Amino acid sequence: MRWIWIDRFIEFESGRRARAIKNVSLAEDHLHDHFFGYPVMPNSLILEGLAQTGGILVGEHSNFEEKVVLAKVPKVIFHLPALPGDTLTYTAEVEAINADGARVNATSHIGERLQAEAEIVFAHLRDDDRVKNLFEPKNFVFTMKLLGVFDVGRGSPGSPAEPAGLRQFKSTGGG
Amino acid sequence: MPTHDEILTKIRTALVEALGVDEDEVTPEATLTGDLGAESIDFLDIVFRLEKAFDIKIPRGELFPESIMTDPQYVKDGKFTPAGVDELRKRMPFANIEAFAKNPVAREFGNLFTVDMVAKYIESKVNVKA
Repeated sequence: MRWIWIDRFIEFESGRRARAIKNVSLAEDHLHDHFFGYPVMPNSLILEGLAQTGGILVGEHSNFEEKVVLAKVPKVIFHLPALPGDTLTYTAEVEAINADGARVNATSHIGERLQAEAEIVFAHLRDDDRVKNLFEPKNFVFTMKLLGVFDVGRGSPGSPAEPAGLRQFKSTGGG
Repeated sequence: MPTHDEILTKIRTALVEALGVDEDEVTPEATLTGDLGAESIDFLDIVFRLEKAFDIKIPRGELFPESIMTDPQYVKDGKFTPAGVDELRKRMPFANIEAFAKNPVAREFGNLFTVDMVAKYIESKVNVKA
């Protein structure tokens, strides 16, 4: 299986905010064990989806030159269960980014209702051999295309052009 | 310009939120890594919170100069060299280096990071700000 816990980006403002959706489906195998007779999306996977939304937002800010990883979750609260048939809308907003990492505030909504909220700290991994293997450009670009990051990306406020860094990846990895 | 107590209160809030400790555990002498259980990733979280609380920028390595530890010029065989202690004096002017210098064991480096040291650092940044 692929470890992609978001289905599509619907908004992407470079360095500021991104929104992605996750459709919860009965076709997902793990729901039948979690729990037997009462399928509900595991909170850990919701958190992973929030982190992926935020992580891609943070990564794009450095044109994906920094390797962004989830480092710490100081706070996360789940208000409602996420059930099969629900569409979760994840919103990630950058609070701060620096050379060492970033802080993001993220929320998950089902329609208008707040389903979960989290503070997420990301770190920028320093370069070494292990890190190089984790981030292969080809797979990465393919995933970005699937998620529609190139379709909804917005650069500086108002401009419809794609965020600058994505251009470089489209040309190197896509084919 | 904030008072020393106001600064301490904001630092306390940041540490309570970042480390999940009780307010009364955050005394001026409390060490971040020893008494409050902070780990290296917590330092990143703490720096973000302090920057936000005091509206300042904390350049990388200015508050927590961890890179000294991996430099063989400064730390050798688990102990800080004289050059290392000197470097500490330069990089961490708000810490109690002289006490540490008597037995500068690398393992004890974390003890330099007290709440009071952070308060002194913030005070210097906030006073310098116009």
